[in-house]
Amino acid sequence: MRRPLFTRILAVAASATLIAGCGSTDRGDQTGPKTIKLWTHAAGNPEELATVLQIVNDFNASQQEYRVVHEAFPQGAYNDAVTGAAAAGRLPCVLDADGPVVPNWAWAKYLAPLGLPRSTTDKFLPSTVGKYKDTIYAIGHFDAAVGIYGRKSVLRKHGIRIPTIDTPWTLQEFDAALVKLKNEGRFDYAIDLGTGGGGEWWPYAFSPLLQSFGGDLIDRSSMTTAEGALNGPAAVKWGEWWQSLFQRRLANPSEATDRVAFLNGKAALAWDGNWGARDAIEKYGDDLVILPPPDLGTGPKIGGASWQWAITSSCEEQEGARRYLEFSLNPKYIARFSDKVGLIPATEEAAALTKSYRQGGELRVFVDFSRRFAVVRPPTPAYPVISSVFEKAAQDITNGAAVKTRLDAAVDEIDANVASNGNYGF
Amino acid sequence: MVVTTRTRRASVAEPPERPGRRGSLRRRRDSLAALGMTAPAVVLLTLFVAVPVVLAFVLGFTNARLVSPEPARFVGTENFSRLLDVDVLELPEGAQVRDYTRRGSGHPEYEGKSVLFTVDEDTVVLAGDPTFWKSLRNTFLLALVIVPVQGGLGLLLAMLVNQRLPGIRIFRTVYFMPVVTSMVVVSILWRFMYQEQGLINSMLGTLTFGAWDAVNWLGDPGTALPAIMVMSVWQGVGFHMVIWLAGLQTIPPSLYEAALMDGATAWQRFRYVTWPGLRPTLVFVLVTITLAALGLFVQIDVMTQGGPLDATTTVVYHAVRKGFREQQIGYGAAISLVFFVLVLTVSLIQRRLTRERA
Repeated sequence: MRRPLFTRILAVAASATLIAGCGSTDRGDQTGPKTIKLWTHAAGNPEELATVLQIVNDFNASQQEYRVVHEAFPQGAYNDAVTGAAAAGRLPCVLDADGPVVPNWAWAKYLAPLGLPRSTTDKFLPSTVGKYKDTIYAIGHFDAAVGIYGRKSVLRKHGIRIPTIDTPWTLQEFDAALVKLKNEGRFDYAIDLGTGGGGEWWPYAFSPLLQSFGGDLIDRSSMTTAEGALNGPAAVKWGEWWQSLFQRRLANPSEATDRVAFLNGKAALAWDGNWGARDAIEKYGDDLVILPPPDLGTGPKIGGASWQWAITSSCEEQEGARRYLEFSLNPKYIARFSDKVGLIPATEEAAALTKSYRQGGELRVFVDFSRRFAVVRPPTPAYPVISSVFEKAAQDITNGAAVKTRLDAAVDEIDANVASNGNYGF
Repeated sequence: MVVTTRTRRASVAEPPERPGRRGSLRRRRDSLAALGMTAPAVVLLTLFVAVPVVLAFVLGFTNARLVSPEPARFVGTENFSRLLDVDVLELPEGAQVRDYTRRGSGHPEYEGKSVLFTVDEDTVVLAGDPTFWKSLRNTFLLALVIVPVQGGLGLLLAMLVNQRLPGIRIFRTVYFMPVVTSMVVVSILWRFMYQEQGLINSMLGTLTFGAWDAVNWLGDPGTALPAIMVMSVWQGVGFHMVIWLAGLQTIPPSLYEAALMDGATAWQRFRYVTWPGLRPTLVFVLVTITLAALGLFVQIDVMTQGGPLDATTTVVYHAVRKGFREQQIGYGAAISLVFFVLVLTVSLIQRRLTRERA
């Protein structure tokens, strides 16, 4: 019953190799150009990744001093990878970060101030520049924007005014239009708000409506309390109106995640981002109209800030990293992101180079929405908590929770977190 | 396990009257090999089970955050008191709960707490973390329903497919299919089916000739948790069917023949032959379903995110939300720790009960 000794040794050796393998590291060679590591979240998006790669290759070919080496992660695991790498002291030199996360990572000292000249950053849409306490830590090639998708024929048929960017719908107009579409139209719901979305979509898409009412996620003058902002009279008004949308069955409280209600005619309107435009144009062609967000009291508002690039504080080649970023901000790359991935170019110069976003382009409205209505999510390290708390509160309100009490509880939760973190440096 | 058995067998095979150098050398070599064989498993278990458990224990007593420039501080039992504190608040005439719970209101024992439930007009029960209590209630409700239903249904299916019929393998495969499908995929599909215009509502509508009022299964606090239960049982039942089936096939056919000879009815055959023969399987099935039901997470994360109105949140989901989404890893660890103690208690009780029976 004995097996040869050799087999046993092999087994032991194999397991030892396995263990050693877990700890193996790759070290860049010491000679030649200096290596700059770059991480991106775009592994799941071939077009976006191809664009990043093209910039990296062009940069590497353009000079001899530095060599940028990229590593791509799937978006779902990206933030965890960065957090893990930071804990292990192994952050790359250059990385991309979702806009609302930038202040959090800046506060945690993952990121170094960007140090790009004002003349460069001023050309960018304000929502593509990531700040924490008035210092710029990140800059993005693009932004995203939401608007109301509708059909001219449907609106005309019901005698509803088609709003323009200068005269958007007021709260009364918007509400009346929804009621009319629901009652007279042959739709299951007047509007598809995208309530089936999860995670960041809720704060991204719906907190601007709260802001349009005059409320906010946190008191931005102090950044230390949500009292009065998230539970003040304006916020309560938002909550009651929001809840009534579902109680009056104007909108579906649990919409499908794939956002097809508007495309297959089950909803008359849709509150959706620019990424939905291609399908909508294909389906409705000239009948499609992209309407500005409604003015619910203090002007139309939409969420701003998408993925942005930053340099880490542990980066040893700060100069090289900065040179790479400056190289990457060339309008032709910004335009390429836009053409390939469908995002809103961050500068006017780049917009002029794109098919859809140049003056007169079919998606041009989104640039104007972004420029005029974008509100960045509160630039505070508390944002991950605020985001989660707001999402949960808004969902509870959607499902019938008492508005004022629920908002009070959300405020308490945010305030407790801010207090227990020494006000996050504010 | 296998290695221990083999070592023991080797030493038994060794005649005791020859305990010379050769034998002890071989034994030492054997134990070296055993060590080598177990090493990968031991290392992985240490890394991914033992270390996290110890870490959770330590982190639970700190204010550690996932992302923070400040080092974690030891905070004693603060996390646990926030998690477990429940207070009854008697409101004086005309006073609002908010006058007591708001930060800086001068009532430190109530500050930051929220209403868990209302007893009557002027008595409310406050908790530091009401969602935790709701999660706990949901988790145990899930276990309470899923364990008997999934176990029983699994046994029923196992007996159905344990017959010698042509094409029975097809049924076995069909019932087992959900098990090998990814839970995320299953959850997404069921989410579609549960929609107001989804498959289930339209099927009920057709069956009742349009008399059925479409229900938004996952959107209604009353139906969301049962909907999750049904879907979880459907997904998991095939696995336990196979386990039961394995148990059924260990029962010698001669016992059934003997029972038939004695004129036993079908029920008597089940009661006095099948059931006692399945005892060891029963323990395994009970323990695995209980653990799976208590640790329910994926369905919630994909289908409801704990909503509507906390109707489907579970303890594991809550811990992940607090620990990762909100980055309060110390607090998340405290939740896991409390949960660990609860699950341990349940398992110990289960073990005690099943052991007594056996």
